[in-house]
Amino acid sequence: MARTAAIFCVVQLFVVAVVNADEEGLRDLYFGESLFYASQGEYFDALERLDTELGQYYRLDEPYLDTLHLHVGDAEFSVGDFELNYRMHHRAGRAISAVLEGNVDELVRNEAAFRLARIHFQKDQAEDALHALNRIQGRTPEPLVDEIEFLRANVFLALDRVPEAIDVLERIENAEGLEGFAAYNLGIAYLRHGEQQEALDQLGRAGVVEVLDEGGRSIRDKSNLVLGTLLLEERQFSGAQSALDRVRLTGPLANQALLSAGWADFSAENYQRAVVPWGILAGRESTDAAVQEAKLALPYAYSQLEIFGRSAVLYGEALESFTDELRKVDESIKSIRDGKFLEALVREEIRQSKDWVIGLRSLPESPETYYLMELSASHDFQTGLQNYLDLEDLRERLESWQHSFDAFEDMIAVRREYYEPLLPEIDQQFRELDSRILLRQEQYRLLTQRLQNLLVSPRPDFLSTDEERLLIGQLDRLEERLGNDSRPEAVSLRHRIGRLRGQVIWTIRIEYHDRLTEFAEHLADLQSAMDVMTEQYESFVRIRQAALHSFEGYDRPITRMRTRVREALDRVKLLMGRQGHALELVAIDELLERRRRLDDYRNQARYALADSYDRATKGQVSRAEP
Amino acid sequence: MSRVIPLAVVLLFHSLTVSAQPDSREQMRSLDEQVQEIKSDVLGIAAELGTLEERLLFPSNTQLAVFVALADGDSFRLDAVQIEIDGELAAHYIYSFKELEALQDGGVQRIYTGNVTTGNHELFVSVTGKSASGRDFSNSERFTFNKGINPRLVELTLAGPGSGGGAIQLGEW
Repeated sequence: MARTAAIFCVVQLFVVAVVNADEEGLRDLYFGESLFYASQGEYFDALERLDTELGQYYRLDEPYLDTLHLHVGDAEFSVGDFELNYRMHHRAGRAISAVLEGNVDELVRNEAAFRLARIHFQKDQAEDALHALNRIQGRTPEPLVDEIEFLRANVFLALDRVPEAIDVLERIENAEGLEGFAAYNLGIAYLRHGEQQEALDQLGRAGVVEVLDEGGRSIRDKSNLVLGTLLLEERQFSGAQSALDRVRLTGPLANQALLSAGWADFSAENYQRAVVPWGILAGRESTDAAVQEAKLALPYAYSQLEIFGRSAVLYGEALESFTDELRKVDESIKSIRDGKFLEALVREEIRQSKDWVIGLRSLPESPETYYLMELSASHDFQTGLQNYLDLEDLRERLESWQHSFDAFEDMIAVRREYYEPLLPEIDQQFRELDSRILLRQEQYRLLTQRLQNLLVSPRPDFLSTDEERLLIGQLDRLEERLGNDSRPEAVSLRHRIGRLRGQVIWTIRIEYHDRLTEFAEHLADLQSAMDVMTEQYESFVRIRQAALHSFEGYDRPITRMRTRVREALDRVKLLMGRQGHALELVAIDELLERRRRLDDYRNQARYALADSYDRATKGQVSRAEP
Repeated sequence: MSRVIPLAVVLLFHSLTVSAQPDSREQMRSLDEQVQEIKSDVLGIAAELGTLEERLLFPSNTQLAVFVALADGDSFRLDAVQIEIDGELAAHYIYSFKELEALQDGGVQRIYTGNVTTGNHELFVSVTGKSASGRDFSNSERFTFNKGINPRLVELTLAGPGSGGGAIQLGEW
């Protein structure tokens, strides 16, 4: 049971979050930028950008005008996904819980509940996962319907509620996108429910599912390997052989399958066929546990075929190989104790790929890397190693930021040196300009007000020309000089003055509307000029502020940031030390276990070598005797 | 020799279930929690530092950012993009396979962040790549854009030959 549980748990690793742009097209560039980084596995950068973008969005007075508004639900989920992929389960859980508790649409809430359940499940909190799944009610996003049920089945399996898991898995066995996975888990569920024959049939079906992607092919290999092993235990050697033959020779389970295939043949006393898979396997990478076992099993098969000479030679080679591997294990343990292991882990060539585990294969052979691939098969080791690599990445970032502060301070000093002497004179000129601009603005305001007044209550005299005003002034003065003179000449002059005044007033009145229109047009022209002047004024103020802000106000933030970075760096280094030490301990434990097994193999090989050598010699003697 | 088979059968599944001791697992778990905390702190620092850096290096009144995206569903292979602003080389980017996949998945790359004065500017974009049929192609386009007092975001949407619309389209934000 423990074994099948372990096999089942591996399946969940294939269920990973997928980040997609909105179906209607992405309309927020910074969200798009975070997706660009996330797609490349650079989750720190993705999170940094999306956190900043969301922070700015929530600080807006009118967020519905922002381009992120169209994607804010997706962005919130993406933050959770990125955090999950960056192995920040706590934050991911909090982020998704916040969506779940918020006032959101039913579809969004149900998706949040699913994502929360997935986080709980990945953290081995099956009860909480089921609780989150039970919160899903009503409509659910169409692409998630089957995924939700698949997760529910996995949760039931983790809670040992196997019949319920079977019910769910039977419904979604052929669901699109889950081909192979649901079928395999259904087989495991039958097995755990004690339905042995159903389990074998189901795993048989899962082992021939047509799949296109690597994940599907891997789970199909796994179905065949488990089926083959179960049939082998039941001594159904032919069936076991067929199932194991379906496992790809180049897949990650190939070595295990070849080893089991050999045992299936061997157990069926078909020794000649057993040497084929074991022969292939014995020539593979000698640090692999299955390969080591095959090196011992292969000569044993030859001895069963009574080919003792070949058997003795192969035992000799196995002995040599085990001795060599023991030396490598010892060197690896020593190298790890010398601290070289951690140095190897942070080599650039590993971390450049998101498939860093694959990258381990390409490292140059050295004591610290002999058994790296083998160790990476352990979940604890992988988690520790990923954390160690993440910490190394944080350390590099923090150290680079520390250097940035020096550059910032240099830049600020240069700006200060340039701007500070210029600013007093600029400010003086600005003050003069400022008062002239204010005067013009006031004049313009008065003229605009006058136009408004003229429109409400016409005052033609306000629009008289200078000449007309002079003429009326002259006529006033002449009339004043005539006073109350009642002589005929004076009366005649007064009449002439009256006619002339009438002529001027006539002109002012008659031309009033034209003049008012002209006044309005001139004022509109002035408006344009005033706009240009205002724009230039504001531009000057902005540039003046920008000049000041280019060197003022940075000292405190930089000092504070420098302290935060230094403290964080100290913590990262401390954690790296602890994490590295823990990794070294796990690695040494694993290697000691491997050493013990190799030692056993070597002893067996020694004993069997002597035995085969004796039998081969006896055979030769008996053939030589007449 | 009879010792060989039982041992071998016992070991059959050994490599499937390698695990650490409970103590070290507990220690790993505790370390994992601490690593999560420090990641959160460093992300906070990164966000604050990003804001500070932007204020210092790219003030909003002069900031210009150019983004690159691929047209929806276009399967051409983008090899390189070169951008000139007012006749000066601003960016020349050669794409890795990973970056190309990220763009095809709907990601948007910020290819350039810099400073320009307010007013009109000329943007010259040239693109090289391979069409879906494997033929080499190159395209170039010249645009004019206006920089106001707010940060200016320019999006370039690229498409392969025969995509129908323009090969390089300017989106304004």
